[in-house]
Amino acid sequence: MTTNEEMPMVSIKDVHKSFGDLEVLKGVSMDINRGEVICIIGPSGSGKSTLIRCINALNDIQQGSILVEGQEVNDPNLDKLELRKKVGMVFQQYNLFPHKTALENIMMAPIRVLKQDKKEVEETARALIKKVRLEGKEDNYPGELSGGQQQRVAIARSLAMKPDVILFDEVTAALDPETVNEVLLTIKELAEEGMTCILVTHEMAFAREVADHIYFTDRGVIVEHGPPTTFFDEAKDPRTKEFLSQIL
Amino acid sequence: MDSFYEWFKILYDDTGINLPFLYDSYDRGRMFDGFLMTIKLSLLCLFFSVIIGMIGAWLQNSPLKWTRRFVGGYIQIFRNTPPLVQLYFFYFAVGALLPKIDNGYGGEMPLLGGFAWAVISLSFFAGAFNVEIFRSGIEAVPKSTVEAAEALGFSRLQIYKDITLPLAFRVMLPALNNNLVNLVKTTTLAYAIAVPEMLYEANQIWSDNVNVTEMMIFMLLAYFFLVGILVWGMNRWERAMKIPGYG
Ligand SMILES: Nc1ncnc2c1ncn2[C@@H]1O[C@H](COP(=O)(O)OP(=O)(O)OP(=O)(O)O)[C@@H](O)[C@H]1O
Ligand SMILES: [Mg+2]
Repeated sequence: MTTNEEMPMVSIKDVHKSFGDLEVLKGVSMDINRGEVICIIGPSGSGKSTLIRCINALNDIQQGSILVEGQEVNDPNLDKLELRKKVGMVFQQYNLFPHKTALENIMMAPIRVLKQDKKEVEETARALIKKVRLEGKEDNYPGELSGGQQQRVAIARSLAMKPDVILFDEVTAALDPETVNEVLLTIKELAEEGMTCILVTHEMAFAREVADHIYFTDRGVIVEHGPPTTFFDEAKDPRTKEFLSQIL
Repeated sequence: MDSFYEWFKILYDDTGINLPFLYDSYDRGRMFDGFLMTIKLSLLCLFFSVIIGMIGAWLQNSPLKWTRRFVGGYIQIFRNTPPLVQLYFFYFAVGALLPKIDNGYGGEMPLLGGFAWAVISLSFFAGAFNVEIFRSGIEAVPKSTVEAAEALGFSRLQIYKDITLPLAFRVMLPALNNNLVNLVKTTTLAYAIAVPEMLYEANQIWSDNVNVTEMMIFMLLAYFFLVGILVWGMNRWERAMKIPGYG
């Protein structure tokens, strides 16, 4: 499949997802273009995590289509490795490998999964450590790092795979207020460099500043979406208005 | 060295405390061979039982129902029967079913001898417990950590090898150590099928010298020190595996 510049990088069409009898996604569609930053906001339990976990096939879907650079995710013969090389993910709880140092955490996947040369990987990893401002912490284990530092290692770990798009699932929700900003700054820099980012977040100020497009989800559907200015200042749907009034 | 050995001869003459495995070179050789045999048996059983534990725990997570049942059945059988009965079962029942081979003198001998059966039987015995131990360790590894590896493109086997096992190891080491210590003690059962390990050789010596009391005391001390060394090594290993800032 050729990577067409005109084609959306991620194209989600009418996705339905249930856990047993519970239908969590009830027909969700969205397109994300190369270099775009989109934020998904919405009340707890509305299916935000579920949706982005479908993009890298951590969740399977029952109906609909998700195309990542032309690769169909809803396919029983899906090549998950191929997909996950393209899609990085950063989690709320960092989920670093506790038995590996910061540097090793970053190096592991390129070596094991991409079979890259260890020397080159180490060079890249050190550069990434620098990029996320963690020089000197290379040999520390996750348990010896603060939440914000761990999360930045997790971002670097994801970047080491050179993904085309990164999924962020409430990556600052578990952090102390003081450390939230250091992580947001890292993400903002990525966005400015042109990385395609799909973020689930409760940081409205950040979403307004960084996002190209905001999606508001509630009970498994997208209620409203638009560019930040329109979205925040001219929300039409009563559910959006109520949510924004509570959170802002 | 000779005067050291001689001293025990004098000890015997003066007090009646008879330690022939120290002053008699033939008995010394027997005791030493028995000691080596116990070490060899222990190491092989340790090795294979851990391998069985690892593979068994992997198969228990298999998507195939029958694979899981098979492993479950194996564990039930080996946990709920006496190891001595298992040993006899392998040696006498399974051993009898195997073909005989030429012994080089025109006669026949069994395909597998007592030593091989002891290794097989004891490895499966300890392995059954190891599967359970590995499984509990694996269950303690957070699903989210495994998910992070999945998201990075690791395969199921890579995740097991690089993430799950190393983390599970730390959780299960105390239980594993316990089982392996038990295993070393259980190697004395090989005595029952005439594997010339330490207890067997001690028996030979006390039969010849009628010094059961001395030999029994010596056996107790010998195993105490042997297992003591193992425990010491395991504890060191446990400490070496500790992750800074974790658990
Ligand atoms: N593995 C699962 N099995 C069953 N139900 C699940 C599973 N994962 C999520 N759910 C359910 O799906 C619904 C949506 O969950 P999801 O985690 O996507 O919400 P969310 O929008 O991310 O919420 P939050 O803001 O609290 O993270 C919830 O009702 C949740 O209980
Ligand atoms: Mg969520």
